[in-house]
Amino acid sequence: MSVVEIKNLSFVYSKKTPYETRALDDVSLTIEEGEFVGIVGATGSGKSTLIQHLNGLIRIQDKKRSSITINGMSLSDKKYLKKVRFDVGMVFQYPEYQLFEDTVAKDIAFGPKNMKLSKEEVDERVKRAMEVVGLDYATFAERSPFDLSGGEKRRAAIAGVIAMQPQVLILDEPVAGLDPVGREEILTLVQKLRREVSKTVLMVSHNMDDIARLATRIIVLKDGRVVADGTPKEVFISGKIEETGLELPLAARIAKNLKARGFDIGDAITPDELVAGVRRAMEAKHV
Amino acid sequence: MFKDVSFGQYYPINSPVHRLDARVKLLSVILFVVAIFFVKSYFGFMLTAALILFIILLARLPIVSVLKSVRGILLIVLITAILNLFLIKDGEVLVQWEIFVITKGGVHTTIKMVLRLVLLISGVSLLSLTTTPVQLADGIESLMSPLKLIKVPVRDIAMVMSIALRFIPTLFEETVKIMNAQKARGASIDTGSIVQRVRSLVPVLIPLFVNSFRRADELAFAMDARCYNATDKRTKMKKATLRFADFVAAFLILAFFAVILLERYYFPTVGINIDAKIFGGLL
Repeated sequence: MSVVEIKNLSFVYSKKTPYETRALDDVSLTIEEGEFVGIVGATGSGKSTLIQHLNGLIRIQDKKRSSITINGMSLSDKKYLKKVRFDVGMVFQYPEYQLFEDTVAKDIAFGPKNMKLSKEEVDERVKRAMEVVGLDYATFAERSPFDLSGGEKRRAAIAGVIAMQPQVLILDEPVAGLDPVGREEILTLVQKLRREVSKTVLMVSHNMDDIARLATRIIVLKDGRVVADGTPKEVFISGKIEETGLELPLAARIAKNLKARGFDIGDAITPDELVAGVRRAMEAKHV
Repeated sequence: MFKDVSFGQYYPINSPVHRLDARVKLLSVILFVVAIFFVKSYFGFMLTAALILFIILLARLPIVSVLKSVRGILLIVLITAILNLFLIKDGEVLVQWEIFVITKGGVHTTIKMVLRLVLLISGVSLLSLTTTPVQLADGIESLMSPLKLIKVPVRDIAMVMSIALRFIPTLFEETVKIMNAQKARGASIDTGSIVQRVRSLVPVLIPLFVNSFRRADELAFAMDARCYNATDKRTKMKKATLRFADFVAAFLILAFFAVILLERYYFPTVGINIDAKIFGGLL
């Protein structure tokens, strides 16, 4: 059974007013357990609307035509709403702006507490979540989240989501506004989370290099429609990325440029593949 | 949760009403509000309704957008109506049951009160539906400029006002974002009992305050960096000027005001006679 099943999902903002905009147009998708899905698209392509549907933050507009099923639970049914929100963890853009408690530990405990877990279980999960995101419990548990550095705040906020141990983790631009070191830390963390907490990960990003390196599957949105869906390689060489006004990963752009100048190294979308391709082509020439 | 806040939302089309000078519209609304409290006869209310309808048609607004603003005060209207209906004892008794008495005078007062409130809100909402917040702030600044003579910092007040107006949608968006984030962590904002829902506002309000202060700080720096100061030397990019249409609008609203006053004080019998002709025995 698929973890996420979306059928014919459409969504219109501000219906019947001059502000009316169609955000999603007949989107159908299934996501299997264990996939790392990169969702890409230009601003306004419907990425945020799509992911907010997945844990019921945006309710399905046309219940007759559209349906979303998470682990077999239909989102058209209000009784599953809470359960789905705990099963699908959502890390918003700039998650550090949602911190509110006076200590880091209390803030992380907010989600598990809402799940009505026992106090011991909550404490256990807080400790585990802090450990996973790399915030030392003894040092950070009793500190105010507002005194942390930018990167630490973001990790604390992510811990607040993964403390609920969701099966599916959705991240909306998790590295926005971080310096290169901070980006690398968070991306490494995302990979770790996929191994240790949530098997299925959906990540919205504008950075194709990150997506090329991490994702097992890429979904490209344009004007509310899915215009490409496949492995990173399939999608990046299909030419669909350029059509949506996005940029290919750096490695793919270099490979393409080399090919245009008469030095064909094959397809490469990550730096490693690029190096391997160049080496192969050089060896072939020398022989 | 905030879907129904339509009062004061600008309706973005281009119409003769939209193009009017904000100062004219502001003064007109003030005059209109004063006028509506002088209306006493059903005839007067019909005149007022006709004026509003005329403006709505001219502004090409959908009636729904105006009715939405009225919906916001529906509860207040309802409560006042019920209180008026039972508490005013004037004239012939129509219904009597236990301590509840409904009189003819009470019914009329109630109907007129409801009409007055509904027309008042409709009229005022026309201003915000056809004028952008920036135009409004500029208009208020311009109208307040005589106060500079008595050292009122009009420009500062205007800047504060436009910043406040400018940030309403931003704060709104921010609130929705934070609410979503906390809902995603299982906060009972749209589910659970009333007590739970109220308690769950804390995780929304605290980040909202923190972010607002941060935003205010950043804005202050940005304004400082561009050498903002509210001296008289500052000029405007878009200078509002009165055009012919503005004088026509001003004349129309003044005429309306005059008719209402005349009808009330100089020809009170006209309204009463027309009311009697329309409603006949009902009065």
